[in-house]
This record gives sequence, structure tokens and C-alpha cells, in this order.
Amino acid sequence: MAEHFDAIVVGAGPAGSAAAYTMAKAGLSVLQLERGEYPGAKNVQGAILYADAVADLIPDFREEAPLERHIIEQRMWMLDDRSHIASHFRSENFNEEEPNRYTIIRTQFDKWFSSKVREAGALLICETTVTDLMKDEKGRVVGVRTDREGGEITADVVILAEGVNALVASKAGFAPTPNPENFALGVKEMHFLPQDVIEQRFNIGEDEGVVIEAIGTVTQGMLGTGFIYTNKESLAVGLGCMVSDFAHSGITPYDLLENFKQHPSVKPLLAGSEVKEYSAHMIPEGGYKAMPKVFGDGWMIAGDTGQFVNSLHREGSNMALTTGKVAGETVAALKREGKPMTEANLARYRQTLNDSYVIKDLKKYRELPGILHRNKQFVTTYPQLMSKAMESWFRVDGIDKRTKEKSILKSFLSARSFTGLIGDAIKVARAIR
Amino acid sequence: MHSVVCIKQVPDSAQIRVHPVTNTIMRQGVPTIINPYDLYAVEEALRVKDKVGGKVTVISMGPPMAEQALRKALSFGADRAILVTDRAFAGSDTLATSYVLASAIAKVAAEEPVDIVFCGKQTIDGDTAQVGPGIARRLDIQQLTYVAKLERLDLDKREIAVQRRAEGGVQVLSTKLPCMITMLEGSNEIRFATMDDMFRAARANVEVWGADTSGVEDKTQCGLKGSPTVVKKVFAPKPREEKAEMIESRDKAPAEIAASTIEVLAAADPALAAEFGPRPPAGA
Ligand SMILES: Cc1cc2nc3c(=O)[nH]c(=O)nc-3n(C[C@H](O)[C@H](O)[C@H](O)COP(=O)(O)OP(=O)(O)OC[C@H]3O[C@@H](n4cnc5c(N)ncnc54)[C@H](O)[C@@H]3O)c2cc1C
Repeated sequence: MAEHFDAIVVGAGPAGSAAAYTMAKAGLSVLQLERGEYPGAKNVQGAILYADAVADLIPDFREEAPLERHIIEQRMWMLDDRSHIASHFRSENFNEEEPNRYTIIRTQFDKWFSSKVREAGALLICETTVTDLMKDEKGRVVGVRTDREGGEITADVVILAEGVNALVASKAGFAPTPNPENFALGVKEMHFLPQDVIEQRFNIGEDEGVVIEAIGTVTQGMLGTGFIYTNKESLAVGLGCMVSDFAHSGITPYDLLENFKQHPSVKPLLAGSEVKEYSAHMIPEGGYKAMPKVFGDGWMIAGDTGQFVNSLHREGSNMALTTGKVAGETVAALKREGKPMTEANLARYRQTLNDSYVIKDLKKYRELPGILHRNKQFVTTYPQLMSKAMESWFRVDGIDKRTKEKSILKSFLSARSFTGLIGDAIKVARAIR
Repeated sequence: MHSVVCIKQVPDSAQIRVHPVTNTIMRQGVPTIINPYDLYAVEEALRVKDKVGGKVTVISMGPPMAEQALRKALSFGADRAILVTDRAFAGSDTLATSYVLASAIAKVAAEEPVDIVFCGKQTIDGDTAQVGPGIARRLDIQQLTYVAKLERLDLDKREIAVQRRAEGGVQVLSTKLPCMITMLEGSNEIRFATMDDMFRAARANVEVWGADTSGVEDKTQCGLKGSPTVVKKVFAPKPREEKAEMIESRDKAPAEIAASTIEVLAAADPALAAEFGPRPPAGA
């Protein structure tokens, strides 16, 4: 029995489910294939969820989605081995009727989201891996092959939302062979603590949450960041560094995370917790310049597969949701207009993205990955210099303040030189301009 | 040939969390699976069908979400799935569960005679191994428990022969159909469903039978009311007092660690050490 669908979606992460949801809502016949046992079984995220992108699809999601805490406070830490310098932003404005950011547990969120996709009428089949795309003699994509007997299924269009490890897209020649400089490896542990302990330790009320993002010597010279997010009854503690840096340094992600957890600023936050989960996952961080072409005859790419991640702002799930939705809308509109899923027609997908925050933001930071790769001083030298400066500044020890200023300045100059300092300032400005 | 397979949805014990504060099992967010022993039952029923033709019906008593387990059984190739669910069945012990399941199987059999009822050896969350035999007793059919292999099936004579794992050996038993069989772990391996079966399962309707529609005649025999078993207390056994001996491994070469481990073992068991003969000195 040969099955044919209007659209096949590969993957049931946020990108795939957003695409499937949008198309099913528009009345299309949609098949979604997921290799995990259930949606979310294989997915890893910090995880901060940005409400806007979800509300765009399901306006009243707050009433039913499994959400942990809404974020009212952001802490940015710069660490050396024994200290941290922090900026905190906390605002009562974040305790709004419809909060903007939430912590979530992806296995639960993905399952819920997928139930919405099925309610909308899409057919979801799990535990089934897409192994390859079917193409016709002209190279147009006409369907997928799966790892099951009788697994060839055809469709007018295939949306590849297979996540960061884009095996199908690579095999089809749509995504380049992964370059380790464009990917970070994130590792994460879930530390369980009683709800009231979390709320006391982080100075928050019920449902309120805190985000800590940390850079500095915890990544041992590698480009990356650490994080601590508050869930209801657990803390997500993790670190991500560039795959190329892991390869060069030989440091294992697990050791790195162990060290992070032992940092004097981190340890007390985790004291007494019980670790229940350890996970690791890649993050596409190559940005705009690493983006593959995201559409062609009979196919589109959404989410991590298309490198749609803003690494500086840790936005990935929202871009996945938005790209999935726009891809779905593009297909639905073409169907409505009775137009075929050709490359020329699907170009509308990219045009719509160009006008959205997705491409605008990725473009804005297009120089960032390159600049950071070449300038590790931002995660090594500066945190150390800043810590030393702060320590000397706050220590009352009979040394006059002018002398302290001079020695701080000298330490910066000898570490980076005057032109080096100016150069770094320019680089930062260029990277995030 | 018509087989009925009874399956139960259980929490994946590999992923269960114990609440650090209250010490109770946290079921929320724990994935559920088909009781692993039941998969051998499903596969064996499908093999019988592959060999002699016929039909496989799967039945589960459980909460509404047990529908997922039934759907999965359909994807392996089962033909019909029935979920027996009702608030009145909640809290059933093995006595009440076997009563409800036997009633439902009797109702199925009234439409279409049943030749074999397959069950798993036991469940991983209850471990009693009582439900299968309970069903056989109530349906008044022969029971073959702990079956490792189906040896022979003679449909003309309506006879079956199986290998049953017993203490100290294997028994070969034969009996008349209909009968009830509980399958042992390792007796077969569940198949990888075909794409067609995946589609069929994803689209199938799982029939839902409630207290009034599942053939149950006496509701006082179901649920808490029909369950004489009382769980008095659940507790985690105290860890034993014996202490482990720590062998320092930090900053030591593997050979050194191995040597000091052998030293410790030899000291604890001189007879064993003598048997192994002389050892190179630690650190060599
Ligand atoms: C440690 C870490 C922390 C992060 N923190 C954040 C954060 O705080 N906020 C944020 O917004 N983003 C964060 N991200 C990024 C975010 O997780 C991703 O951007 C997002 O999950 C991308 O969604 P997706 O749908 O594209 O891919 P995924 O969520 O990876 O989903 C892809 C799906 O496709 C399935 N699949 C893959 N291949 C096949 C195949 N061949 N056949 C069938 N199915 C297949 C997979 O099983 C998976 O379910 C983080 C990532 C990591 C690793």
C-alpha cells in the first residue's frame, strides 16, 4: 500500500511540530516521522522557552503547556577560578499576566506540543528513522525512505526538521558536512532539590525563576558558556563549548561540567541536590555564514538543521518554532493557490524569513562566531583581569586608591597592550553591532 | 486460530525517580512501556498467527493512557485492540484484575472463540505472576506457565506442546486447546514493525470497554471492593551495614590499581590467593 501525503515532516522537535501543526490546521494531509520513542525523548535544551514564538502558534498555551517557572531575573556571571563578577537584572515587570520567558523540561513540553499537532490532524509515527530522501530523475524530492520494511512514502514536499545532526540533509547534499567550528557541544545535568529550597536559594517566589549565564575560566580557555536554570523542583546545570575546542584541548565535557559544579560560586547553589539526568547534545553556532540553503524542489529545512540559532542570546527553540511555522505556512499557501512545490515557489519561505527577526538577528551577529574563535581572551584573560581588579578595589588594605587604579591599568596593559585593548573593544563592537 | 494477549502498561522502571524529599515514586514524566514480559507474549502470538494464520486480539485493563500500549501492540501486527477501563476498576489487585480480564476475554470469545490466551510471566511493577493463572482458573482452561518455547501446535487434534522452565530442568507439557500460556523472558524477540503496520496502528481505533460493556457481571468483584489484598506499607530496605573497602585510585597507574585490588582480594580470601599462586609484587 503506497502512502502519499501533502507533506512529510522529519522530526518532532519544535521546528517539525510547528510545521506539522501549521499545515494540519490548514487542512493538509501531514505525516510526521520521529525516530525517538516519543516526541522529546531525544531532545536536549537548557531550557528557556520564549513565549512569543509559542503564542504565535497556540495563543493560550500558558493554560495547558507544562511550564516550570517564568523568568524574573537574569544573572550574567564572569568567572575566574575563585570569584565571579555579576550583573543581575530583576524586574517586577516580568511578573506580568503573560510572562515572556519560561523554563521548561523538553521531554514534557515536546510531548504536549505534539499532542496539539495530532489534535490538529497530523499523523505522527514515532520510532521510525528517516534514512534518506527519495528523488525523481530530475533530482526533485518526492518522498522519504525509512528504516522500516515497506518504508518508502511519498509527498508533495518534505520538511527537514531533524535537528542539529542533519544526517538526512547531509546525505541529500542539502547541508554541508559539519565543520566542528560551527557546532558547540552542550552537556547538562538535572539536579533535584525541594521546591522551597530552590526558592530560598534563588530568592524567588512560587513559579518565579532565575537564569544564570556564566563565561570565564570555567571553560578552560575554550569558547563557551555555563548555565544554571531554575525549574520547579530541579536545577538545570550545564556548559557548552565549541566542538573544535574540545577536540583541540582534549578536555572531556564531563570533566568540564564537574569543575563548573565545584566552582565556589556554583557549589552552594547545588548543595544537597540529587543528580538524576545527564545529557549531551550539539548546538549549531556557526550563525548566518554557516547557514545552508534552506529550500529547493520539493524540500525545505527548518530549525537547527538550518543553523537557525542565535548563540549569543541562546535562542534556538524560538527560531525552530518560527522557521517551522513559516515553512508550514508557505506550503499551505501554495496548496491554496494550487501551485507546485518547486524551488521557485518555495523561495517564498526564505523571503518571509528575511523579513523576520530570524534572519535579521542572524545577520546582525554574522561576524560573531569568527571573531570569538580567533579571540579567546574574552573567556580567559578578561575574566581573570576583571576579577583581580575587583578584588583589589574592594580590599581595604592601606594601599591608596590611585595606586590601585594604576596597578589595575598596568595589569590590563601588560596582558593585552594598549592597542590590544582598543582592538578588543572594536572587535566586540563589530561582533554585536 | 484466535489468540488473545493480555498486556499491561507499566512505568519504565529504568527511568523511575524517587522523590528526594518524600521518598515516594514520582510517576509524572516517567515514560511508560509495555510490560517487558508481555512483549514475549505478543511476539509468540504473532508467530503462531504467522505459522497457522488466524487473528491476534490484545486486551489491556488500565487507565485511558494504556491506549498507547495497545496501539504499539497493533503496530507489531495485532489485529484488534481492546482497552478495558473504568473508574470502577481502579485499585484492583490480582484477584480483581484477573476477574475483569477473564470477563472481557469471555466476551471476546462469545463473538469469536479463543484458542490461546497469552500473558507475560509477570509484571515488572507487581511481580506477582498471579494474573495469568487467575484468568485461566476463571475461564476454566488449562494453564501452562513459564513457557520458554512452543514445541508443537496441532490444530486438527486441538493440542499444544510446550517447553516449560521448571526448577532444575525443562518440562515438556502438552494439553488441549483452549489454554492459557505465560511466556518467559528471552523466549523470543519482539519484531520490528513494518511501515504498513505503523500506519495501521497510528490510524486504528482502540476499542474502549467500560464496566458496563466489558462483560463484567459482578461489580463487587472489581476495583478496590473486589480486592482483598491490602498494601500495608511501602518502604525502601535499609542499606546493609557492611562497609565497602575503598581502594585509592587517584593519580595511580592502572597496573598499580590492579595490583592493589588483587592484594586486597587476596587478603580477604587466602584460599583463592593460594590457588592463583605467586603474584608479582604490587607496583611491578
Ligand atoms: C544544552 C543546550 C541548551 C540549550 N538551551 C536553549 C535555551 O535555553 N533556549 C533555546 O531557545 N534554545 C536552547 N537550545 C537550542 C534548542 O534546543 C534547539 O535550537 C532546538 O531544540 C531546535 O529544535 P529543532 O526542532 O530544530 O531540533 P530538535 O529539537 O533537535 O528536534 C529534532 C527532532 O528530529 C528527530 N530526528 C532527527 N533525525 C531524524 C530522522 N532521520 N528521522 C526521524 N526523526 C529524526 C529527533 O529525534 C528530534 O526529535 C539549547 C540546546 C542545547 C543542546
